[in-house]
Amino acid sequence: MKGHELTGGGIGAAVADEHAAWAPHESLLGWVASVDHKQIGIMYMVAAMVFFALGGIEALLLRIQLAVPHNNFLSPETFNELFTMHGTTMIFLVAMPLLTGFTVYAVPLMIGARDMAFPRLNALSFWLQVFGGVMLYFSFFTHGAPNAGWFSYAPLSENAYSFGSGQDYWILSLLVMGIGTVAGAINVIVTVATLRVPGMTMRRLPLFVWMTFVNSFLMLMALPVLNAAIVMLLIDRLLHAHFFTPASGGSALLWQHYFWGFGHPEVYIVILPAFGIISEIIPVFSRKPIFGHEFVAASTVAIAFLSFAVWAHHMFAVGLSPVANLFFAVTSMSIAVPTGVKIFNWTATLYGGQLRFTTAMKFAVAFLLMFTVGGLSGVSFAVVPIDWQLTDTYYLVAHLHYVFFGGTVLAAFAGTYYWFPKLTGRILSERLGTWHFWLTIIGLNLTFFVQHLLGMMGMPRRVFTYPDLPYWGGLNMVSTIGAFVLLFAVAIFLWNLRVSFAHGEEAGDNPWDAWTLEWATTSPPPVDNFTRVPPVRGRRPLWDLAHPELADELQRKAQ
Amino acid sequence: MTALDTLNAISPQADAISRLFVGVLTVLGLIFAVVAVLVTFAVLRYREKPGVQLPRQIYGSHRLELTWTAIPILLLVGIFVFTVKVMHAARPPEDVRAPDILVVGHQWWWEVNYLKSGIVTANELHIPVGQRLLIRLESADVIHDFWVPRLGPKLDAIPGHPGYLWLEADQAGTYRGACAEFCGAEHAWMRLEVIAQPQDEFAAWEQAQLAVPAAPTSAQALAGMKLFAERTCVNCHRLAGTSADQRVGPDLTHLADRRFLAGGAALNTPSNLAQWLKDPNSIKPDSRMPNFQFSDAEVAALVAYLESTK
Repeated sequence: MKGHELTGGGIGAAVADEHAAWAPHESLLGWVASVDHKQIGIMYMVAAMVFFALGGIEALLLRIQLAVPHNNFLSPETFNELFTMHGTTMIFLVAMPLLTGFTVYAVPLMIGARDMAFPRLNALSFWLQVFGGVMLYFSFFTHGAPNAGWFSYAPLSENAYSFGSGQDYWILSLLVMGIGTVAGAINVIVTVATLRVPGMTMRRLPLFVWMTFVNSFLMLMALPVLNAAIVMLLIDRLLHAHFFTPASGGSALLWQHYFWGFGHPEVYIVILPAFGIISEIIPVFSRKPIFGHEFVAASTVAIAFLSFAVWAHHMFAVGLSPVANLFFAVTSMSIAVPTGVKIFNWTATLYGGQLRFTTAMKFAVAFLLMFTVGGLSGVSFAVVPIDWQLTDTYYLVAHLHYVFFGGTVLAAFAGTYYWFPKLTGRILSERLGTWHFWLTIIGLNLTFFVQHLLGMMGMPRRVFTYPDLPYWGGLNMVSTIGAFVLLFAVAIFLWNLRVSFAHGEEAGDNPWDAWTLEWATTSPPPVDNFTRVPPVRGRRPLWDLAHPELADELQRKAQ
Repeated sequence: MTALDTLNAISPQADAISRLFVGVLTVLGLIFAVVAVLVTFAVLRYREKPGVQLPRQIYGSHRLELTWTAIPILLLVGIFVFTVKVMHAARPPEDVRAPDILVVGHQWWWEVNYLKSGIVTANELHIPVGQRLLIRLESADVIHDFWVPRLGPKLDAIPGHPGYLWLEADQAGTYRGACAEFCGAEHAWMRLEVIAQPQDEFAAWEQAQLAVPAAPTSAQALAGMKLFAERTCVNCHRLAGTSADQRVGPDLTHLADRRFLAGGAALNTPSNLAQWLKDPNSIKPDSRMPNFQFSDAEVAALVAYLESTK
């Protein structure tokens, strides 16, 4: 039962005087200059929270404008800037860095490594992300923020129709962040490939690690498509080329193929790590291993491959040939199968368990239901004729928010309640967590469920106002009220982070009786993560250690 | 239910989609019900009880997993078959015949050209009931999208990439539609209406549209006519029987007959028209219509003239 001593010098000293090892990190310079994956992971999450607040304020302004028909609260130009920034922010400055934060923090710990493979590259990725975000928001102080939507369809995003510099800021900031993201993906791939502790075979990787590993390949292949396309758009705008300008021989459709060639894998980039979080939390609080580890792991790979073959389902309304439409209908429907497998496997994990409804588990179970709503409404868009009716309406807005809010955000909340004790040494308040949970679920459904109906009634998306048609005003008002409930929920969450960070219950090493390696070290972990990594003889090393008679490998052979 | 335009079809194309939609929604609803029941049952049944031993460690079941892989595949195969059928029913094959109507999307209004009769109008399409018309869709600037939910699928109007769409209504009535692709500042007020009329009413409408408006008789309207010719109105608009023959802005020949102004931003009443001429931004900010700083008398004269062109 001897653990693996980490090789390399300096460990003893770091642990012997833990305080000394931590002291420089408390200073601002200690954070800014840090190449420690834990600090960088936390900084990713904090940065994402700041932008989440900005993106959330933008959403509230949009909802105020839409609360009643013929409203004049925002001008059309401002409305368009705000929804462009809301979408861009939530995707590029919240979902991606938040999940990257979880990844960068947890992956080295979960595989028993001392840091990422390339710590300085890790820091570079983070700072590119931050400065990209700052540059994007700087556009508000120039000639106005970008206003052609987060998808920046050409030719609307071209000089002739978007003459401010906002669009150029959008391109440049996405390019900066995109380079950081590609570097980060390489870092995760190399880390998982080379820094696993002995015994941690690829088949024994925790599912969160597996999914972020697969996800990094998605990023590595998808982001360059975006980066190339936005450079082409920039060349069009600044050097007067004609890639996407039909008036001078370019193609408006080409942009859409590029954008969604990136954009659909991107949808999975911001959901696969969320799947990973759920795949950790549900088993731990069910006191059972995940049901069908292999199916869950393999379905992730299936989703990753398929995600590159579904982009044109965003383009059914452009009038592609019927053959092309059918091809993308088949691939888009197919992707529902591995996604469904996951939902059923998570649900099956609950069966026969001893479910502990911590706040993390509440969010994870709510994820199962809310993400299923979004996943199922997504099938409507694979059915080409239904897409012809519903694409670019509020039904789609409802769908994507059930996926991103009901999926990614709920999983991120679950992950925060789960890992906060590891990050800080203190447990988040369960009492505040319960309030946070129920207000989030109520707010989420109030805000977004009615939008299905608005779409079916014929309300297009991205309109700054709308005519006073039957039910439109009422349903939009319900949606706006829901958005304010969400504001309240998030405020409680932030308050919880603050008070629990200062006064929360002491966590100890492993407050949840969890079984992955990050729980084998102190909370927060020392600079070098582990003094000694427990032996890894199965998928749940700490479980095996605590219940040798019920060790995974023994039981699996017996079953 | 009647407010749910997408399920309240008036054309064979929209009807086929609506039936498919109801069918798919039912299947999706049932799947959600299954997941919800399974999760709810587990939450109630397997809640941790104090003093209970560790649960049995179950690692999975290939039989179950293959079941919940196979059943969705079968359902999707079924959905796919209907998808193919309805696609065929809802959209015209490529280059089936010469189009009847050319619709051109502009920032932020719709130009409507009846290719046989030569009628040109804006933001509303009159069609005879029960007749299947072929629309050719183009764009003059950015990407727009033509969508009348009760009559059928939407289609993008893409510069350099014309599209074709059936337009047909089984019942007389007015069916609202809108631009469904974000197209800039005034995307919200790029709405349109399809007015389906019995054959004789439609023929009468055609006759009226083809008529060249008579010269106005009142002094005020005559003054308006003079202003219309002298000011830069003619550089952008067309008005049959005058020198105005441009297509940058909407055709104004029978403006007074239309229900809405400015892509649906205001009802077409004389007072709204006056407001529009006086300060277009007060009705539709960022619209391409300039503010000419007309005096009140000039506005009144122009309104009198445009109202006389029925």
